[in-house]
Amino acid sequence: MAYSDKLIDHYENPRNIGSLDKSSEDVGTGLVGAPACGDVMKLQIKVGADGLIEDAKFKTFGCGSAIASSSLVTEWVKGKTIDEAETIKNTDIAKHLALPPVKIHCSVLAEDAIKAAIADYRAKTKKAE
Amino acid sequence: MNVLTQIRRNDQPIYLDYQATTPMDPRVLEAMMPYFTHQFGNPHSRSHSYGWEAEEGVEKARGQVAKLIGADEKEVIFTSGATESNNLAIRGVAEFYKDRKNHIVTTVTEHKCVLDTCRHLEQSGFEVTYLPVQKNGLIDLEALRAAVTDKTVVVSVMAVNNEIGVIQPLAEIGKICREKKAFFHTDAAQAVGKIALDVEAMNIDLMSISGHKIYGPKGIGALYVRRKPRVRLVPLIVGGGQERGFRSGTLPTPLCVGLGEAAEIAMNEMEGEGKRLAKLQARMLKGLQDRLPEIFINGDLEHRIPGNLNISFAYVEGESLMMGIKNLAVSSGSACTSASLEPSYVLRALGVEEELAHTSLRIGLGRFTTEHEVDTAVDELVRHVKKLREMSPLWEMAQEGIDIKSIEWAAH
Repeated sequence: MAYSDKLIDHYENPRNIGSLDKSSEDVGTGLVGAPACGDVMKLQIKVGADGLIEDAKFKTFGCGSAIASSSLVTEWVKGKTIDEAETIKNTDIAKHLALPPVKIHCSVLAEDAIKAAIADYRAKTKKAE
Repeated sequence: MNVLTQIRRNDQPIYLDYQATTPMDPRVLEAMMPYFTHQFGNPHSRSHSYGWEAEEGVEKARGQVAKLIGADEKEVIFTSGATESNNLAIRGVAEFYKDRKNHIVTTVTEHKCVLDTCRHLEQSGFEVTYLPVQKNGLIDLEALRAAVTDKTVVVSVMAVNNEIGVIQPLAEIGKICREKKAFFHTDAAQAVGKIALDVEAMNIDLMSISGHKIYGPKGIGALYVRRKPRVRLVPLIVGGGQERGFRSGTLPTPLCVGLGEAAEIAMNEMEGEGKRLAKLQARMLKGLQDRLPEIFINGDLEHRIPGNLNISFAYVEGESLMMGIKNLAVSSGSACTSASLEPSYVLRALGVEEELAHTSLRIGLGRFTTEHEVDTAVDELVRHVKKLREMSPLWEMAQEGIDIKSIEWAAH
């Protein structure tokens, strides 16, 4: 299977690998997928006082396309508001990385991961209020 | 020292997929060459020397193949490969004896061409028992004994598994089959030339052989069909009645000669090569185990050909690992199914949990594998497994002491 240069670049030089403190009030964590399916993504966002996502980190267990998809979205969400980040679509991810049809589910998972991280952040801030 | 440098270009990855196929031994190619050009005759032509020469080449090859498995040369027929041999053996006996017997016994870890042949026969009214395997990949002989009835026409159990390299207890299976008066067929594509096989001592009635798994050409294989007591088959391919009527069609002389030469080389070098590969296998395993925690060998390590390792690198998905180790040509699951996203059915049959099955690689060592290549492969695997574990949320959880099974994952 031939992968695009962009995909290979994200796989070989993944951006923003790591973890943020998941107990911190300004961090939202999304954990999606399942080990038995061969894909698990953990995506975290740190939201600044100005409402912008100032940092994003990921860890992914999955194929090269899953790793590249999650690496890409950490780049995309940075500097966005959570409302803006929420509009990222799996089709944009798939298009940007030129994912082959059998790998579309990786981009779906990446979109789910952002949504899950945002939902976690919102739940935390709501509780704090 | 060896022909590796002639076979592999410098810009190609190190070949560690010897269960998928093998490069042709240059000695095999040399033996074949004349039969492509000036000795081009039809081996079935009886009226001139072109035909006689070709026939001589084919018959010598038949003898070479027979000798490797302890058979008589009259009992070996040439086919297009092990897939055809498996189809012919199972379907052929099932169809021939269908008035008296209607039951087939096989195992869940067989090659797809055996399983699919059985599925087709089920559709035309045969009953098939698919024996499970134990955790080590070997069948339970008592379960086999219990499964064979007086309606069982054939028991088909592979000699060596293509994914995990485990060797089934052939002599014991043969004994049970003989006692129960069922034919014993074995798909020996991965076993021939690698372990000692003897159709007499093992009571094997039908044996499938592949050319390209033993450093011979692709497109040629053989089927051993016992003559005493006689095994009868309905042919798949009919026509001129070549190959004792079991397989019509003009024999591809150069390919037959290549298979014969490959068989002879394998026989002469089996013992020394087996020892050499066992050392390489141990070296690779030790290299990985010394430097990587939480790796698991799939399938029995003792009852296994030395040219195979199947390893789960926990917390690292196999496909992403293969993408990283660009300088190594290995496979995850079997080559036939590696385009699908399902984990290997063989590993699942062993009871390997799905999350571990997703992390497995098949590493095949062979005649042209060097110690240096093994060391390079170990370095590359260790480096990438470590890198991918640093990226793995599952590895992180495991390090924090979180039991991954305690989490309610949403299946997708």
